[in-house]
Amino acid sequence: MAMTMNLDMTFAALADPTRRAILVRLAKGEATVMELTAPFKMTQPAISQHLKALEDAGLVVSRVDGTRRPRRLAKVGIEAMDQWLEMLRKALEKNYNRLDAVLADMETTTTKRGERR
Amino acid sequence: MSKLTLKTEGDTHVVVTRRFAAPPEAVYRAHTDAKLLQKWLLGPDGWTMPVCITEAKPGGKIRYEWTNSKGGEFHLTGEYVELEPYSRIVHVERMFLPDRTPDNHVETRFDADGTGTLMTMRMTLPNAKTRAAMLSTGMEKGMEASYVRLEGML
Repeated sequence: MAMTMNLDMTFAALADPTRRAILVRLAKGEATVMELTAPFKMTQPAISQHLKALEDAGLVVSRVDGTRRPRRLAKVGIEAMDQWLEMLRKALEKNYNRLDAVLADMETTTTKRGERR
Repeated sequence: MSKLTLKTEGDTHVVVTRRFAAPPEAVYRAHTDAKLLQKWLLGPDGWTMPVCITEAKPGGKIRYEWTNSKGGEFHLTGEYVELEPYSRIVHVERMFLPDRTPDNHVETRFDADGTGTLMTMRMTLPNAKTRAAMLSTGMEKGMEASYVRLEGML
């Protein structure tokens, strides 16, 4: 349940283009709020708010370095999301593997009847 | 070899692609013919689709009901919007889990790919929030109950 709620927050956090852009930037390495604010036409508090959403979603973590608080990607959160997507892919694949068999069967039937193809 | 891809696109889309060894006509029929759908659109093992209504014409109704031996059941309703045999289907659907999920607008394309077919299913949710819900809780429930078109999912 906790996992589900967390994933819900994760995908909600990802729904925002600015937050996705922040993640792309952080994928290149650690950055401070100020560094993260520079490329956007947004105020620092606005970016901070996005960072908070990303932290709450478990996608970003910060560390204390003197007066700086650089942010980086949270490996665990990103991996949890990847695993979830992989699980969904597998679930879908189950249907489609069955469809492969149905299609093979259709082919055989059609050939037997001597119809088209 | 995993032939399936599933990814989010923009704020409201989920895109699933999958290759099939059969030509587009066959894959298209397997998506619109009730008898064929009942053989594969089942989700996890143990589920069946006793009710499959699929009126493959613009405005035609869709209703799929699933059940398992443990008394679990849920259903999906929808409407066909556009059909271009054998290359494209546009429909709207929502699941009842049992609460109604937001409408999912789905465009499914079947493109010839050598002797086979490349299927591209592009789902559009009303907004970023409902997509998030579908990708996490909604889809999880759908899967437990049986069925996920990735509906992508993810």
